[in-house]
Amino acid sequence: MKQAGFSSKYLPYLLLVPTFAVLIIFLFYPAFETFRLTFYKVHPYSGAEKFAGLYNLKKIFTNPDYLSSFWTSAIFAIAVIGFGLLTSLLLALLLNQNIKGAKIYRSLLIWPYALSPAIAGALFNFLFNPANGIIGYFTGIRTWMTNGSTALFVVIIAAVWKNLGYNIIFYLTALRNIPKDALEAAELDGAGPVRRFFSITFAFLSPMTFFLLVMNTTYAYFSAFGLIDVLTEGGPAESTNVLIYQLYKDFFVNSRIGYAAAESFILFMIVVLITVMQFQTTEKKVYYQ
Amino acid sequence: MIRSKRKTTAIHLLLIISVLIVCLPVLLALVISSQTETEVLAYPPKLTFSTNWVSNYTTAWQRINLGRMMFNSAFIAIMVTIGKVIMSLLAAFAFTHFDFKGKQILFFLVIVTLLLPVPVRIVALFEVVRSFGWINTYAGLIIPFWASATGTFLFIQRFKTVPSELIDASKMDGCRPMQYFFKVLLPLTKSTIGALVVIEFIYIWNQYLWPLMATNTDNMRVVQIGIKMLMNAESSNNWGVIMAGVIMTMIPPLLVFFILQESFMKGFALQSEK
Repeated sequence: MKQAGFSSKYLPYLLLVPTFAVLIIFLFYPAFETFRLTFYKVHPYSGAEKFAGLYNLKKIFTNPDYLSSFWTSAIFAIAVIGFGLLTSLLLALLLNQNIKGAKIYRSLLIWPYALSPAIAGALFNFLFNPANGIIGYFTGIRTWMTNGSTALFVVIIAAVWKNLGYNIIFYLTALRNIPKDALEAAELDGAGPVRRFFSITFAFLSPMTFFLLVMNTTYAYFSAFGLIDVLTEGGPAESTNVLIYQLYKDFFVNSRIGYAAAESFILFMIVVLITVMQFQTTEKKVYYQ
Repeated sequence: MIRSKRKTTAIHLLLIISVLIVCLPVLLALVISSQTETEVLAYPPKLTFSTNWVSNYTTAWQRINLGRMMFNSAFIAIMVTIGKVIMSLLAAFAFTHFDFKGKQILFFLVIVTLLLPVPVRIVALFEVVRSFGWINTYAGLIIPFWASATGTFLFIQRFKTVPSELIDASKMDGCRPMQYFFKVLLPLTKSTIGALVVIEFIYIWNQYLWPLMATNTDNMRVVQIGIKMLMNAESSNNWGVIMAGVIMTMIPPLLVFFILQESFMKGFALQSEK
């Protein structure tokens, strides 16, 4: 940000007033309050508060429902990220080939980006429904949504499908920005396509992969709510009850405010942890280059 | 030569298969939305178009007051998008074209909001919005989303690539900062604005958790909640009507996406160029 061009005493602050008004009232204050309430007991009707130290955190981490939800979320996130990034990288590599109609293929592959998690939920609900789901008919298995582990699998597939377009867009952008001379130099050195991919393409793609890792983590932990609510409502038998769904139930259905605040706090820590990891790895990458 | 031709054919084949798999769920929804209840229930499933379009689509539209929901979703998405574009343009202009005290800290505070999506502050955000009397209002669904780290960041990246000679020339002409902003900078930022419009319109249109909590009257519901209401309202077997509703609710964001696709891709490509 060195491109300063104008000098004015008040104008830059004036320009930032709208943004910061919204940030303070609707982001920083609520975030701080949520953090504070993590350490309070709150009466569900009167709203009376009482300092409770680590009570809420202890309580959620001794609650078997929460713990199982914690692991369900972790499995869900890892599967969505792993499967999602791999598939989208392969598709982006195909789209990046010099072939006729590449643009049309691109459009046809990325458009589900515009669809919502709730829509993905409705579509996959139909595909896998026990009564007359198409997938049930063709696989001969009708219990996709009534069995816990297959239901989680369906939720994962739906989440990956919905986010494929987003990941492909970013991988395509990264592939386009790989300097051609690096690839040509490697070819002159006699490196075959496979070696070229692993020694050059892969290295240039890793910053984007880390960025997508963070974006897909927040996607898996937060945006999946609509998908779960429409597709399974956390069931059967809590098998798809991810953290965000548990948080929604504790806050909105059961009015356990301190509890829910503590759960938000845990979600926040997960995001911070992964972002810090990302920053550290990309920084190393920069030194390395 | 023959080998490379074979390779091209293989790539086409792989891409066609991928396209089919990716499009299948929606294609199927389209087919189902044309079938009567008996056809939907046929076993083995009937996979061809039928003629029950009008009935399914009008039933879906009336059953949950979809018109009102479409209006709500569109109005909210448009207002949030306009607010975000304006605010992040102004913020990015301040960060790139001025030197001022506390710039680094303020910039850091904007970027740090990427770590604060709705769910990590929802408990207190709900209290704030309720204390303003904003439950079941457009304000409660629009104003909390106006600031945008993504937008600010996108515009900063774009503004950085504008040659500094342009500023010098404008200054020589006696251009004041805001004149330069409107006359020189803004016209150069069109595709980035297009990209942000796509991102934010789709993001807000597709939102689920916040509208679910911040509204509870049928008049204020948005289409995403409508999908679930439709699934609950229709007997679980009448997928024709449900899929008709699903298809209708995906049209607006798809329109925005396809109309602005080129600037969307360009805006992104610019972002990742150093």
